[in-house]
Amino acid sequence: MTDPNDSFSLENCPPITAVSRREFIKSVIASGAIVSSVLYRPASVAGQSGARSGALERLISLNVNGKTRRVDALPQETLAMTLRYKLGLTGTKLGCDRSECGACTVMIDDVAHYSCSTLTHRMRGKEITTVEGVASETGELHPVQQAFMDELGPQCGFCTPGQVMTAVALLKDNPSPTREQARDAMAGNLCRCGAYDHYLNGVMRAAMEV
Amino acid sequence: MANRLIGANFTPPDIRAKVTGQAKYAEDFRADGMVFCRLLTSPMPHARVKSIDASEALAMDGVVGVLTAAEVPEIPSPRDPILTNTPHFLGEPILAVAAVDETTAQDAIGKIKLDLERLPFTVDPLRSLRPKGPDAREEGNVMIPREGVGRIKWTPEDFAEAGEGELPMGEPALEWSFGDVDAGFSNAKVVLDETFVTASNSHHSMEPRSAMAYWDNGKCYLYGSSQSQSFVHPGIARTIGIEPDKLVYVAENCGGGFGSKGGPYPLQVIPALMAKKIGRPVMMRISRAEEYFIGQARPGFQGRVKLGFREDGRVLAVDLYIVQENGPNAGFGDWTSAANAMSLVYTPEAMRFRGVSVLTNTPQRTAQRGPGQNQIAIAVEPLMDKAARALEIDPVVIRGVNAPGHDAKYGAEQGPITSAYQGEALDKGAERFGWRERRARSGTRRGSKVTGVGIGQAYHSAGSSGFDGLVRLTPEGKLHIHTGVGNLGTYSYASTSRVAAEILKCDWENCVIERGDSSRNLPWNFGQFGSNTSFTMTRTNFAAATDAVAKLKEIAALDLGGSPDDYDIADETVFRRSSPSRRMTYAKAAARAIELGGKFSGEEVDEDLNPLTKASAMAIAGKGLVGVAKDRIEKNGTVPALAVGFIEIELDLDTGKYEIVDYLGVADCGTVVHPQGLAAQIKSGAVMGFGLATLERHIYDPAWAIPHSVGLYQARPPSYLDVPLEMDSDAVDLPDPQNPVGAKGIGEPLMGCAGAALICAISDALGGHYFNRTPVVPDMVINAAAGRPQSHKPLQVNTD
Repeated sequence: MTDPNDSFSLENCPPITAVSRREFIKSVIASGAIVSSVLYRPASVAGQSGARSGALERLISLNVNGKTRRVDALPQETLAMTLRYKLGLTGTKLGCDRSECGACTVMIDDVAHYSCSTLTHRMRGKEITTVEGVASETGELHPVQQAFMDELGPQCGFCTPGQVMTAVALLKDNPSPTREQARDAMAGNLCRCGAYDHYLNGVMRAAMEV
Repeated sequence: MANRLIGANFTPPDIRAKVTGQAKYAEDFRADGMVFCRLLTSPMPHARVKSIDASEALAMDGVVGVLTAAEVPEIPSPRDPILTNTPHFLGEPILAVAAVDETTAQDAIGKIKLDLERLPFTVDPLRSLRPKGPDAREEGNVMIPREGVGRIKWTPEDFAEAGEGELPMGEPALEWSFGDVDAGFSNAKVVLDETFVTASNSHHSMEPRSAMAYWDNGKCYLYGSSQSQSFVHPGIARTIGIEPDKLVYVAENCGGGFGSKGGPYPLQVIPALMAKKIGRPVMMRISRAEEYFIGQARPGFQGRVKLGFREDGRVLAVDLYIVQENGPNAGFGDWTSAANAMSLVYTPEAMRFRGVSVLTNTPQRTAQRGPGQNQIAIAVEPLMDKAARALEIDPVVIRGVNAPGHDAKYGAEQGPITSAYQGEALDKGAERFGWRERRARSGTRRGSKVTGVGIGQAYHSAGSSGFDGLVRLTPEGKLHIHTGVGNLGTYSYASTSRVAAEILKCDWENCVIERGDSSRNLPWNFGQFGSNTSFTMTRTNFAAATDAVAKLKEIAALDLGGSPDDYDIADETVFRRSSPSRRMTYAKAAARAIELGGKFSGEEVDEDLNPLTKASAMAIAGKGLVGVAKDRIEKNGTVPALAVGFIEIELDLDTGKYEIVDYLGVADCGTVVHPQGLAAQIKSGAVMGFGLATLERHIYDPAWAIPHSVGLYQARPPSYLDVPLEMDSDAVDLPDPQNPVGAKGIGEPLMGCAGAALICAISDALGGHYFNRTPVVPDMVINAAAGRPQSHKPLQVNTD
């Protein structure tokens, strides 16, 4: 049975108020941010009606992977959808869209969070790190990424970005976890391939590097 | 000749993209003007659509189109349809709505007026077999092999004959036997007659089966979630209603399939058909919740098995009856595979199999890792222990007495097999695991916890033949290996490609794997399912590389004199054995192949190649030295993948929970091609086995056929906390004689052996209590430990 909550809900979205469409475009150009060409809500619909007083400011500056990104986010929009459909950061996966699987894990101020269950509008002033942002600018992999490769952690790879982010967050918090501690920290990331042993090997190997 | 690449670890070419988030899955692709579609699904388990009124929906702002069952190609019944006006399970897609965004599409679905006529339904196979029981389909209630839907009803006497809690055994849809079964039982020292139940369970692939499609210049571009690439291509094209050369199918990565995305499943063509209708790219995102309805499932069994054992544990006779829960459509042949597996794993001297696959109004069934083989493993392996207890034989010994060797026979026909090293696997595992010492600890109490040990075995066929290989050496000195097998995540697409590099003695760094997109000119290959890739694809790549070697030698002989037989290859050059200075690099030979044309550069190819391979060879013709050939290597018999799991647990009798102390899996997969990949499969396959044995099941409200296990947290695959902190693996590593590099597949039995071992260990910790039911959940353990009756009836299915 189809549950309406399964779909990404864009109902009753208030229109842009303080910023006109023209100003919005100008601000995007000025900030140097690039908004993905694919909007799951077309601009014509988003900007069609006039100002409605008291509506939420939809334009928001997000700090994603060290860069400021200006996006037009709906009040009920989740961070996972903003990342995937507005910022082109499709490394963050949606496995369940309801806090069950961990495939959408990102770091918010260095703490692992499920982005499918985080509202984009609560991200003002936060530092968001996605799987695309953990390697160095020169392309040198994070020790967790390298260790996952060396230990053949990923199989199908769909849960891997989430596994990477939880492991990176763990090692920021506790650079030398025991295997038990690592297992507890990773427990919110499901892997149907069952690659837990190899992922844990990867976390422990990475812990020796960081 | 020692192998350089086969048996060595390597970094798979696609793994970096997986850890950096660059790997693209179906929902990661975008197209300009893309719209979204949502599905209107059946709110009833069996119904007929009398009318659809979509006018209000179509009048909504942002709604682009509606696609109904009447507008899509009809799939021959009872195969899974694309969309249907006769839904056979709750959640079956009836129509699709496209809109500029998902919310609008979902809102539009709410505006569609659907008039449904209720039809009879059932979620219990035995109920459907009753004289006046409900039929899941109007045309019948069972799937008859090679015939289709039929109707079988058992008599009241059939039901009355069965004792309390025993499976009645009325008219079967299929029966076979070999040997003298009655004599086997009369000569047996111990005879067991056991009724058992194995639950249906979902696949839980982490990537829901989302898909995106658009049309451009008469071609359909479909981005799907698929285990397989070339093998599903013609079927997907046919489902869309186009010729295969009008389809570009992209399946670079598959976020888990486990059998549910192995074939050309129809659902994925909905965005293609919608895109054609509305003239815009269409993304169809499937949610986790929807996966529990349309994401397929493993069939459950209600079974009965009679086993006759000689004093030394030898299985003299087997009499097996399986009632399979088939789902509403064609389903899958788990029940017959289960019987075939028993015939091989226990090599009984005589065996009879009877069974019937009954239609139910529950989600469509398809193969799930070890379809049938793994259900029978978790059902029957504990019974081997029960017999071993009665005969006072060690569990390793009773399995060893019956273990298949190379002369073992398979299935109803008792046909040959290519190799079996199950005895070696048992011995190697028992030694490595310290079975004798651990068994001595069995039954040790520590507070409320008891130690239990167990062994499990499982089998799956593991190889096919007759597919094509395609490689190309370029004037730049690169070896391009074209593989159309698919990318399920085992890295076997890459490890089997290394055979081409091995035969051509190429540096792996100079190799490029072409895959993941049908426009990359891929050969005709089998699907990535059925544990077959390691056997099948090593053969095709061997064939293509061998063809390339022959062409290198011919070109060298043409240019440098002598005959091709005078030449050999090394260091990416072809040289004359008698005077090694007469040599030509592969790069030069590739340039010469282009000049020579004809067969050397792929302009002329063998007639026996598949049309898809021919088209791919034509597309790369003139761009290097092309090696292309059909696998004509002899294959005589079934290729067995066999596995053994060893486990030690602590079972808490107060909570019913177990903790796995140690696990070792041992594989008979022939020669090991990729040790690290094998280790990953042995351990991770075991994790799925633990889920099958103790966690996962379908649950239905029998009154309304409403499923209640529709979340990861409800019908749940194992997490980090359900598995041992560390796991161990090993392999027999002895060659299969019918594979050029000795390889066999292995993926599936690695799951069943672990699940079976876990059940055996739980039963062992309980001093020999056999549940005859999976999953074994904590309340069953608590009841057993306290000597209380179970809350379920023995044959109850689809309940908690």
